[in-house]
Order: sequence, then C-alpha cells, then structure tokens
Amino acid sequence: MEITIPAIDNRPAGFRAVLAEFWAYFSENRGAVAGLIFFVVIILIALFADLIAPHGPNVQYRDALLQPPFWQVGGDFRFLLGTDATGRDMLSRLIYGARYSLFIGCIVVSLSLVVGIVLGLMAGFFRGKVDTFIMRIMDVVIAFPSLLLALVLVAILGPSLINAMIAIAIVQQPHYVRLTRAAVMTVMTKDYVTAARVIGVRSPRLMFVTILPNCMAPLIVQAALSFSTAILDAAALGFLGMGAQPPTPEWGTMLAEAREFILRAWWVVTFPGVAILTTVLAINLMGDGLRDALDPKLKRS
Amino acid sequence: MKGDTVLTAEQLTRHYRVNRGSFRQPAILKALDGASFTLVKGKTLAVVGESGCGKSTLARLVTMIERPTSGELRINGVDTTQANRTTLDALHKEVQIVFQDPYGSLNPRQKIGHSLEEPLLVNTPMGKKERQEAALAMISLVGLRPEHYDRYPHMFSGGQRQRIAVARALMLNPQILVLDEPVSALDVSIQAQILNLIAELQDRLDLAYLFISHDLSVVRHIADDVMVMYLGRPVESGSRDTLFTRPHHPYTRALLSATPVADPFRVKERIVLKGELPSPIDPPPGCPFHPRCPSMTEQCRNTIPPVTEIDGCRVACYHPKLY
Repeated sequence: MEITIPAIDNRPAGFRAVLAEFWAYFSENRGAVAGLIFFVVIILIALFADLIAPHGPNVQYRDALLQPPFWQVGGDFRFLLGTDATGRDMLSRLIYGARYSLFIGCIVVSLSLVVGIVLGLMAGFFRGKVDTFIMRIMDVVIAFPSLLLALVLVAILGPSLINAMIAIAIVQQPHYVRLTRAAVMTVMTKDYVTAARVIGVRSPRLMFVTILPNCMAPLIVQAALSFSTAILDAAALGFLGMGAQPPTPEWGTMLAEAREFILRAWWVVTFPGVAILTTVLAINLMGDGLRDALDPKLKRS
Repeated sequence: MKGDTVLTAEQLTRHYRVNRGSFRQPAILKALDGASFTLVKGKTLAVVGESGCGKSTLARLVTMIERPTSGELRINGVDTTQANRTTLDALHKEVQIVFQDPYGSLNPRQKIGHSLEEPLLVNTPMGKKERQEAALAMISLVGLRPEHYDRYPHMFSGGQRQRIAVARALMLNPQILVLDEPVSALDVSIQAQILNLIAELQDRLDLAYLFISHDLSVVRHIADDVMVMYLGRPVESGSRDTLFTRPHHPYTRALLSATPVADPFRVKERIVLKGELPSPIDPPPGCPFHPRCPSMTEQCRNTIPPVTEIDGCRVACYHPKLY
C-alpha cells in the first residue's frame, strides 16, 4: 500500500522558533518594547552600579548638605541630582537602590511562584479535600488587605528587608495558587493528559512534565506584573519603617528619610519617587505586552 | 495467534452520580448499562450509535481509565476488576487508545520524538539510544519521515497528527487498540489514508480493534463485527455483513436507512425516528427505544427485551424484522 505524505512543513523547529514567534507578537506593542528597554537598562545599572555611580552610596560630604541638582542655583556638577540631608549623593544612592529593588522583585517573585505553583498544582490535580483545604486557606489570606497583612507579618517577624520580602511573598502567593489551579484544571481535561495516563505516566511526572509546562503562560505574566507590586510593597514597607533599615539606599526607605525636607528640598523626595514610578510603570507595560504575546486567544495563526 | 480472544466484557455497566444542587437527591446517570462483547486478535469490533449512547464511556472502561460500576472485563483471561496493582500495570500496556481530536491528543510542548519515547521511558528500562531507534522505526511504520522526530505537534496537519497518535499508541506493542472516532475530525480525503493505515497495521501487528464511530460508511469499510448501541445498551450485534444486509432491530434499520448511498437509482426505504434521545438520567421503562420505535407494543413499555440470537446476531427486541 502506498502512503502519500502531505506537503512537509518546513517552518523552523524548536526553542528558537518559539522565541521568534514570541518576539513577533511582543514587538507589535510599542509600550511593551519601551518597558522592556527601560527594564534592561535598570538591570544593567544595578549590575554595574560600582562602575557607574560617581560616589559611594553611604559616603557623606559634610561640605554639601542638601545641595540642589546641578541645573538649579547652588547646584554643582559633582552631585548631578543633589545631595540629601547628610550630604550623600542622590544619584549614587538611586543607582545602588536599583539593586535592592531588583533583588526584592526577584526573591519575592521566585518565592511566591514556587510555593504557589506547587500548591496550585496539588489543588488542581487532586481536587476534592486537598483542593478545598488549600483554597480555603488561600481565600483567608486574600481576604486581608495585602499591605496590612504584610505589615502584621513584619511586625511579628521584626522589621528588616528579608522579613519584608517574606511577608510580601506570603501576601502575593495566593494569586499564583489560584492561577495555577485554574490553568491545571483546564489542561487536565485535554486528551493528551488522558493519553499520558493510558501510557502509564505516574502522577508526579504527569503533574510536572505533562501539565505544568502547558500552564506557564498566565504564570509568566502574573510573575512579571507582581514583580512591580513587590517593589511597590517593599517601598511602602520601607517608607513605614518596616522594611529596609537606614542607611540602606532602598528607594522606599530613602523616601521615608526625606519626608521632613519635602518643602525645603524637593529633590530628596522626588527622585526616589520617580525611580519607583518609572520602574513599576516599565515592568507593568512589559507585563501587558507579555500577556498579549502569550495569550493564545489573542493569537492569529 | 490470529483468532484468539483477547478481551471479554460481561455485562459492563458504568453509572455516574450527578449532583443536582443541595436540595435534591443526586441522580444516577446510567452511561453504560450492560454491554457484553469480545475482542479477537486481528479483528475489528465497531461500536456505533448516536451521541450520548455510551460509546466513549465504553472506550474509557476498556482502556481502564475508569473502573466499571459492575460487570466483568477480562483481558487475556485476567479479570481487571479483581486484579492487583502490578497485574493491572502490565494489562495497561496491552490496551491503548487513539482519540478523536488529533489537535487535543498531542502535548503541544512535547516534540514528536519525545511523545513517542515517553511510553518506553516510563514503562521499560530501555536506554536513550534504543528508545530513539524504536521511535524512528515507529515513525516510518506509520508513514512519517525521520525528520519529523524533532518537530512540535503544531507543525503537522490533522492527518499527520493522527498518524502520530496511532504511533504513540503502538509504542508499547499493545494487543488491543481502542479507536475513539479516529477519523471523524479529518477531511474525507485524509480519512481514507488513516483508515488504510489502521487496516494495514492490524494485518501486520495482529491487533484487536475496538472501533468507535457514528459514521456507518466508515464502519462498513473497516469492521468485522458491529455492535449498535442505544442509551447505554447494545441493541444489536453481529457480523458486519449480516448487520448491514439484514438488520433486525428497528433502531439498526433506522440508522442504516439514514446513511447516504451513492446510487441515484436505488429505491430507499427511509425510516425517520420521531422525538429525541431520552436522557440517560431518566430512561424510559421497558425497552429504552420504545418511545421512538415504529413497531412498539404494550410489552415494550413494561419489560426490557432479552437478548436473543437471530440469524447469528444478538438482538434485544420483541419485534425484530425477520428475513
């Protein structure tokens, strides 16, 4: 018997093809690309802070207290964005602060992502009592206003940057659990999961090898978006004195220290605020683009 | 050996509990209600019936994805409802399934080669090299090319995907293949290719097929025996030739009269069924077919007709048409 083979598809295969397709969708969104560029710049600044920053973050220049930025009267090119009340260079502190913000974002996101995925997978896969147990606990966590819960947790654990990150991770993680569970439940009904079962694939492999990779798209988007929430929450906790402690050049803590100079020296409050705003905005734009690029419903093939 | 019985089902039933809100009793949905049949090496048993008659439930029971509520399912003489875990694992390899929708049955994140090797990876101690060789051999057996090994499912057409699904099902050398409407999602031109492939593989590997379909022309082409189901019960089963030329049960006759025949001069007796398929939650008493049956009598309303042997067919009807 002759078996004829239909025309062969010669589209490139593998990871590079997936990446190329992703980029084609992502680059359509200008805001997302701008956000991505800005985010990459911040990463580079954080990585090479030692080379870029003109001064040390904690070096105090007693001859230049509360000096304005260089374009204002009394400004100096030595301190491009001025100095704070103890004579530390604002620009250098902001540059070093980027390290803390990215660090917070990474740790919080990976912590809540890992825990959220495991719990969500279990809830969606086993259903029944396991599901009810996990989801009711998550409902309780979600029922609290997130920043208040984080505050309570930090109050119990003691104020420090690490504890603030743990608290924020705990507050954010129910969202990951819900998302994972919903995605797992959708994938579980697919024939290829049944096929894998018939083939003899056992539960752990089924969960992590068959199901999980097919649930990643919404999780990646959520991770990107909650990266910015984590930075924002950490800044809020820092501002309330519950996060990073002075003299750490964390943006929120810098804001808190500068509160009393808000009328006399606008630059000490404005620049950390602008840094938080632009970073969060860039990440959110990027996250939106990610969602559009990864959502199969918006794809035209 | 050809002609050996590999699977026997006796009075298989599968009921589901359906919750109807907090204030009502949960109902029992009888998806499958007493099916008996045998599968023989190298032969194809086709199961036909309209949607909701329990065909897919039957497939899930035979592949042991679900356990029957009652009845017996023996594979190679071993009763699967009584067997322990290790025996069951061994039996699982003997029965594989090909699904209807080739777009949903392949993992989109898995390369074809990987999909084919997975059964060997989880069931056998084979090394990486051996697995790859086995996968490549299977790829050529189902009429694909070696370069397809490294591709992802979205790069294939429906017919090619169905070939891949067949290949994956055959990786463990099963004796029984359940084909759950394997061609109904494909173009007619591709259907023939896949059907020929399936027939060729059966000859070569001596497989027993349980072929589920609602397309009678396809069934006529591929089946050796046919079982017609209505509302979870087989109403008539017998060899293809008897069933297609001399159908006894009124439902079988109605089904056959609904199949288009490419012969403009044939005088057709068209039997049009009235009404809808009743809900399996609340099946009519007596013969489940009686509300739509043209030759219904009082007896049909009250008792379920027993299965009788007529002309080599097993028919469950009080008023079969005799030839």
